[in-house]
Amino acid sequence: MIPSQFDYLRAGSVEQALGLLTEHGDEAKLLAGGHSLLPLMKLRLAQPAVLVDIRRLPELTALTESGGVLRIGAGVRYRDLEHSDLVRRTAPLLATAAATIGDPQVRARGTVGGSLAHADPAADLPAVMLALDATVVVRGPGGTREIAIKDFFVDLWQTALEPDEIVTEVRVPSTEGRPHAYVKFRQRSQDWAIVGVGVVGGADPRVALVNMAMTPVRATGVEVALADGASAAEAAAQAAEGTSPVSDLNADADYRRHLSRALEAAR
Amino acid sequence: MTSLIGASVRRKEDPPLLTGRGRYVDDIRLPAMVTMAFVRGQVAHARITAIDTEAARQLPGVLGVWTAADLPGLPFTRSVPGMERPCLATDTVRFVGEPVAVVVATDRYLAADAAELVSVDYEPLPVMATIGDALAPGATPIVPGQASNVVMEMPLSEDDAQVQIDAAPRRSSLRIVNQRLAPVPIEPIGCVADWTADGLTLWATLQAPHPVRNELCVMFGLSQQQVRVVAPDVGGAFGAKASFYPEYILTSELSRRLGRPVKFVETRSESMVSMTHGRGQVQDIVAGYDEDGKLLALQVKIIQDCGAWPDPTGSGLPILTSFMSGGCYKIPKIGASFRGVTTNTTPISAYRGAGRPEAAYLIERMMDVIADDLGMDPAQVRQRNFIQPEEMPYSTQFPVVTYDESDYPRLQRMLLDKLDYPALREEQQRRRGTPGARPLGVGTSVFVEMGGFGPSAFFEQFGYVGGWESAKVRMNPDGSLTLSVGTSPHGQGHETAFAQVAVDALGGIVPMEKITVVHGDTAAVQEGIGTMGSRAMAVAGPAVQQASSQLLAKLTQVAAHMLEASPDDIEASDGKLSVKGDPSASVSLADVALTAYKPHKLPAGMELGLEYTHYYEPANMTYPSGAHGCVVEVDTETGKVHILRYVAVDDCGVVVNPLMARGQVQGGVIQGIAQALFEEVRYNEDGQPLTSTLVDYAVPSAPDMPSMETSHLEVRTSGNPLGVKGLGEAGATAAPQAVVNAVVDALSHLGIRTLDMPLTPMKVWRAIQSSEEQSA
Amino acid sequence: MKHDIGLTVNGVATSATVDSRTLLVHLLREQLGLTGTHVGCDSSNCGACTVLLDGEAVKSCTVLAAAADGASLVTVEGLGSEGDLSPVQEGFRQCHGLQCGYCTPGMLIAATSLLLDNPDPAEEEIRSGLEGNLCRCTGYQMIVESVRWAAEHGGAGAVAAAERDGARA
Repeated sequence: MIPSQFDYLRAGSVEQALGLLTEHGDEAKLLAGGHSLLPLMKLRLAQPAVLVDIRRLPELTALTESGGVLRIGAGVRYRDLEHSDLVRRTAPLLATAAATIGDPQVRARGTVGGSLAHADPAADLPAVMLALDATVVVRGPGGTREIAIKDFFVDLWQTALEPDEIVTEVRVPSTEGRPHAYVKFRQRSQDWAIVGVGVVGGADPRVALVNMAMTPVRATGVEVALADGASAAEAAAQAAEGTSPVSDLNADADYRRHLSRALEAAR
Repeated sequence: MTSLIGASVRRKEDPPLLTGRGRYVDDIRLPAMVTMAFVRGQVAHARITAIDTEAARQLPGVLGVWTAADLPGLPFTRSVPGMERPCLATDTVRFVGEPVAVVVATDRYLAADAAELVSVDYEPLPVMATIGDALAPGATPIVPGQASNVVMEMPLSEDDAQVQIDAAPRRSSLRIVNQRLAPVPIEPIGCVADWTADGLTLWATLQAPHPVRNELCVMFGLSQQQVRVVAPDVGGAFGAKASFYPEYILTSELSRRLGRPVKFVETRSESMVSMTHGRGQVQDIVAGYDEDGKLLALQVKIIQDCGAWPDPTGSGLPILTSFMSGGCYKIPKIGASFRGVTTNTTPISAYRGAGRPEAAYLIERMMDVIADDLGMDPAQVRQRNFIQPEEMPYSTQFPVVTYDESDYPRLQRMLLDKLDYPALREEQQRRRGTPGARPLGVGTSVFVEMGGFGPSAFFEQFGYVGGWESAKVRMNPDGSLTLSVGTSPHGQGHETAFAQVAVDALGGIVPMEKITVVHGDTAAVQEGIGTMGSRAMAVAGPAVQQASSQLLAKLTQVAAHMLEASPDDIEASDGKLSVKGDPSASVSLADVALTAYKPHKLPAGMELGLEYTHYYEPANMTYPSGAHGCVVEVDTETGKVHILRYVAVDDCGVVVNPLMARGQVQGGVIQGIAQALFEEVRYNEDGQPLTSTLVDYAVPSAPDMPSMETSHLEVRTSGNPLGVKGLGEAGATAAPQAVVNAVVDALSHLGIRTLDMPLTPMKVWRAIQSSEEQSA
Repeated sequence: MKHDIGLTVNGVATSATVDSRTLLVHLLREQLGLTGTHVGCDSSNCGACTVLLDGEAVKSCTVLAAAADGASLVTVEGLGSEGDLSPVQEGFRQCHGLQCGYCTPGMLIAATSLLLDNPDPAEEEIRSGLEGNLCRCTGYQMIVESVRWAAEHGGAGAVAAAERDGARA
């Protein structure tokens, strides 16, 4: 229940946050919504010496659209996505999925940047961003770079972010008007997904899976089948292709593979 | 006067609880108070070879660190005699979470830091995390001094009924795992001990303060007037706060040593491994019956998982299960026996229903299995076997178990009507003939359980002074009433319900708002036993009623004297006492009450004051019953069970407060549904708990649970003058088998005959898969 | 590391010195003496510690006190008083939405926040709006009825509405 000792530092700007990360190196962790990090710290499963709070940086909370691209500041919260007319219009899958995360209190704190940087394969937004073919904008001491979402997730809780880099923005190409679906299977409403499926339909369909590997993954078999004109049911049979789901308390790998097919078929 | 018995009075308890003015243990702050934290064993079975406390002792703010070796002579916790559990592990850790050392610091943050700095070296011992491992040949006995892990073995009948089973035309058998559950009151265990020159005060999250006082006195060699035990507001308990925890002894002892109040509040992850678990039975059941489904004999063999240290209540659970294994049915012969087995897991004790849900589950599952084996409707099999209302009171073969008045066939009829049972069967058939339709199932549970725990000759076996309960009414000189009860609530609404009983017994002369109910404090309340076993209303209720009646008689006498009338001619009504038929001849209650404290205004010889205490000893337990039904559909693609309807008809005898009764039924049902579908405490083979947070232990929240339709059949019990039977545990006793019967019914056409709880999506999906593979 | 912070708690400007690791719930309970907000778990599941932070429900066990510098908080003590219950509090009383009372403060705040978002919620919306709060006593149905009662008798209440407006301004 009680985290071990650390120093809390609130950054006044991204620039300052980058400086603090450089100064404290491995000892420092970024704090945004805190709903992944603080529970781990309270159970003393994580014990960073320094927390750099970037939650309220105005430069990270913009939510705008220009040129058919939705630009989401890393500090935008799930709750903001859920309630934003702009997001509902230009990336309805994102609004739909955000509304299923955790519970209302979690959604009032958790941020887009935090979710992506934490890279939990059981989380909703990483897979959804994969289905949306987003681009992650990060800043480090050397400047800004863009990482395609397909290259962002490296392994369990590991991303292409360097330790001294910060996610500042996520750019999501508009999927306005395209069919979409987010199917999340869990036993309890507040549980993590046992398996989730996010889909953007239409031409060039994209399907991404939650909790079917060490990272969120695209269901390429389904996408290819759909593109080849297969029926939804036929395509769904390919959902587990190329996945490597874990076995845990709620579900073993076989069940997860089956669910991925069943959910894809049911969407 | 309109009786308040049966009125949905809004609760007296609520205003402070709704405004953050409740007072729970963790809200107590005393001058100079310090905080205790545990260092808990991280392995399931190991010898302790070294404990290094030095770093922790050096931490600023730490007042001390103690291991068992530092506290010689420390009393043991309440245990089964001969199997005494030390408060701190001496040389061996026997389950993950067992306390190994304690630290005390000036605040909880520092205490947590210090606990983290204590390092313990272990030499591993074989881990027996399951009953199977613990019973394996050559398994190491977990409790010292025991020859094996079978720490108890007891037949509860003359024989095992094998002869009658063998002679029966037909037999069905069933192995049931009634899984281990965590009670999870939202408030974990906590206590504050303050040992001064005047004695010891312990505030704790308790269901039974007086018994804890008694035990502390024995443990510390104090007399009972020196120890005050208080249960302040208690945030749920469900049986788990009736157990005695090492922290009560340790905070007391450390308060004595330090000369300061010591607080301990466990975290949830501690609570999941430290607070007693419930259920945890493996049952082998065989029924013998005839071609019509009439039961001839039942064989019940129970293995009770006791955890690492047998708890006195926990080890008694299978006795209650055996006693109630016949359910609502006439079974000529029951052969019941049990073994209690120790495992390297958290000790098991009472959890809502404590032994009776395990019984209701086994017999109600068996009724459905018999129906399935015979190709009969399960409702019909039950009808063939019901004890009839005219046979009440019904003596079972177990001498202490005599069912009181009820009408099981009628309860079932009411349920089937509400469900529209024939229509459900039609719909089930229609769906079975419709490709792609989700299978529908309907499950029923006609149950009986024990309430009103007592009488003394029976209840003292559980370590209590008696099975009675007490009430004291004191009318103050202004006519207001202070009512003290020996039970100790934790959410049931006793303050409201007992006040209703008092108002009723006092002829409505005192309004609800002029009554204050005092409870949960051994210094403020006369002797009492506590709240468990659905006993408060059935045992303390009559005590309140009797004491109030005595008070009314006295008020009547005083008023008669004041009005120069005969007491027989005095009637009580709202706030006054009058001469019957002459409303002008009346005195206000306030005047009567004041007069009762003025000896010169009383008739010669009349005793001074308005105070009556009544100890009520029940003649028998009560037997709350009911019929619950559940309608489900199963998503065969995912295995997820969807509850479409849940219908409950309960007979708890007279309903004192329908609003609160509804709350009791619904809360209990939800815990039962959670057992059926969601919850299970799990360990890996190393005895490491896998469900030690609420992330992994699946307590449901609002969207996961259905709405329920509840109603009552009020059959008065003759067992007590109020006619009440108790209701706290009925829902949890009724629901699991209603749900499981429904799911198995939905899938029976696939050849699925039984499933063990919890029916998680994966488990249901697997069962469907393997049945399809078999039929393919 | 110590931090001097300032925040508004139940309408009162408050200052406190907190450690970096002090959790908001402990600031409220142990430093400010507002013990109505409870702790029921250590994994942000139970919701007993829910408070309004700038007009929105959050779990105060998963917010650092230092990070709440400058915020406006409403705890159960600030919703209403025994003589002047908010509609949500009154709904829980009328519909028996509480038994032991331990989850109740968090449940009341979550329900209040829900009604700010959705003044006329259907049963299913109430259930999902309270998904972050565990109650072990009631079985939830009477909590749902309590929230419906509140929706029909004044909604979230004046204190909460002003708080949400204040945060927007």
